[in-house]
Amino acid sequence: MMKRLMNIFKKQSDLTTILLFAAGVLTMPIWLDPIGANYPDLLQKFVIFGIFAVGYNILFGLTGYLSFGHAVFLGVGSYTAVWSFKLFTMNVLPAMLFATLISGLIAAAIGFVSMRRSGIYFSILTLAFAQMFYNLAYSVLIPITNGETGLQLRMHDIRIIDNYFSDPLPGLPSTELFGMSMNGYSGFYFCAVVLILAFYVAMKIFRSPFGMKLKAIKSNQHRMRYIGSDTRPYLITAFIISGMFAGLAGALLAVTDPLAGAERMQWTASGEVILMTILGGVGTLFGPLIGVGVIKYLENIFSAINEAVLHNFFSFMPLWAENLLVAITAPFVGEGWHLTLGILFMIIIIFLPGGLMEGFQKIKRRYLTISMKDSESTTKQE
Amino acid sequence: MDSILIQLLNGLDKGGAYALIALGLTLVFGTLGVVNFAHGALFLIGAFCAVTFQKILTFSKQVLDPNITFFDAYIEQPYLELWFGETGLAIIDYAVPLSIIVTIPTMLLVGLAMERGLIRHFYKRTHAEQILVTFGLAIVLQEIIRHFFGANPIPTPAPDIVSGSAAIGTWIGLGENFVYPWWRLIYLASSITIISSVFAFLNLTTFGMVVRAGMFDRQMVAFLGINVQRKFTIIFGLAAVVAGVAGAMYAPILPPDYHMGMDFLVISFVIVVVGGMGSLRGAVAAGFLLGILQSLASMTVVSSLFPGIDQIIIYLVAVVILLTRPRGLMGRKGVMED
Repeated sequence: MMKRLMNIFKKQSDLTTILLFAAGVLTMPIWLDPIGANYPDLLQKFVIFGIFAVGYNILFGLTGYLSFGHAVFLGVGSYTAVWSFKLFTMNVLPAMLFATLISGLIAAAIGFVSMRRSGIYFSILTLAFAQMFYNLAYSVLIPITNGETGLQLRMHDIRIIDNYFSDPLPGLPSTELFGMSMNGYSGFYFCAVVLILAFYVAMKIFRSPFGMKLKAIKSNQHRMRYIGSDTRPYLITAFIISGMFAGLAGALLAVTDPLAGAERMQWTASGEVILMTILGGVGTLFGPLIGVGVIKYLENIFSAINEAVLHNFFSFMPLWAENLLVAITAPFVGEGWHLTLGILFMIIIIFLPGGLMEGFQKIKRRYLTISMKDSESTTKQE
Repeated sequence: MDSILIQLLNGLDKGGAYALIALGLTLVFGTLGVVNFAHGALFLIGAFCAVTFQKILTFSKQVLDPNITFFDAYIEQPYLELWFGETGLAIIDYAVPLSIIVTIPTMLLVGLAMERGLIRHFYKRTHAEQILVTFGLAIVLQEIIRHFFGANPIPTPAPDIVSGSAAIGTWIGLGENFVYPWWRLIYLASSITIISSVFAFLNLTTFGMVVRAGMFDRQMVAFLGINVQRKFTIIFGLAAVVAGVAGAMYAPILPPDYHMGMDFLVISFVIVVVGGMGSLRGAVAAGFLLGILQSLASMTVVSSLFPGIDQIIIYLVAVVILLTRPRGLMGRKGVMED
């Protein structure tokens, strides 16, 4: 019985996976409600960073190339989207299209150069490019990026297409999809649909010959070369694809909140996506999404807690114990959320390098072997 | 001409800090084979050793201000001044140089604890995992510093006697306009001293010889009955001390804040790669070279020709060098090649 069940899971087709996934994502407002994560801002973050991490996983998970510069594409995507809002139309589709294309182009350029080296050299090269973009955004590129203020919509923007069809309304316009405003839940559902599409693409890549090649590169690149397969085009393609995913995510960030700042491109932002991918499980389909969920959820919870909340939480204890516990836990919440994040990250790398997915699998395997032994012993008795 | 010379000195200064961090990184990489992203945090801890030392020295007591007689006005007076008078004030004035005495043992302890506690479990792991775990450690250390010292830079002045500028121009006959801050000169001198003493330690002592032999062929040295591991652990401590002293001395130049470690680390990593992974001389040379290039690029003449070049020159040079000389300037064959 157990075996048959397992077979169903193993043989699940792409279609069932994507349907289950779509159902899971679209019902997020329902099943996240009990844990208090059901509000549009957070839900949007879940899905947008989900796209980012799924894309990053195509590069890092499949090929093992650790890029420290993926935040650049996120930033470029945001800037491009906002510029599209400013110049052409508030419709989100062109913005996303431009953002994906332009970040793809930049990824092609960076990937072409960086992919000439591997290992730590690759990491440093991508880091160098990321810092270059970040620094330029604050100096020479200020006409494009608007420096520290960040790029935002203005009353007197040109908006050629919108203004051609209708007279501009008073006040700042909001992003829309053919008349549907992209605020709140509609924004979330739109991003969720994009995430489902992106996930479908990623799944197809994972299960395609192309994905197999990438996995082969990760396990032994030399051998790939010896059997006469040029790995470089595959690597660059993977880099471009993951860059485009990041650009798309950046565009969606701008769609839900049309403001782009260069801090999105800082290398710590790249560190964050690495963290999410690893926490969930590198190279697994669902892992990065789990990582995003865990980190964004914890970030939301932890950074909102302050000492008053802690006192309230521990108030059932005697006063001295309450004060002691508050004093111990206070550095880890609120402003100190990054401390918790760092510790969590270290624990994962040290004890569970495969991430939470590996943890689940370990538990599952243990459970399965026990239950199989049980069934064997029962058959013998019969 | 003057401005070029001043920028050259500036570059040497910055380069000194870069070189000291890069030297430690390379030492750790060459001996233990670990890519340590937490090395910038060691620089940071060093700087905050100086800050803490200064804070301890200036612990103050509120006393009545004798100058105001109409009402009770209080002023803060450091205990050291209350106890020792003028001598106490002098000690406070010299807080930063004196803090080196505290910094060295602290950093040695921190380094040894870090190596024994965390790094040693990561010898056999992949470089990616080493980078990630030390990156996590760097975040943790940085956030701890922020918890205790806040997010704002903390001014940590140099002693009064060297707070002014040295009239270098008059010494070498270039006019009186050519002046340079004393403390920066001291920093340059001390970084050169530290670098040369590290090299002397590695090249002239038996300990250093064994370490170099171990870097070259660890297994062979172990076969000869030498506890290579312990020596390498000590080297890690040494690298931590070098980074820490570099940080403590840098505090008067740049008021330390909690993310200075990361800022320096990124550049230092680029420098290590440019110099060539595993090459000590390469790291030092690249540190000074890139420091100077960065300073020269920030001159108005240059930045009016190529706007923004000062922001990206280091990374640009790194990209060019990595693509033309994959092993860096002085990288050895077979180090970090897949």
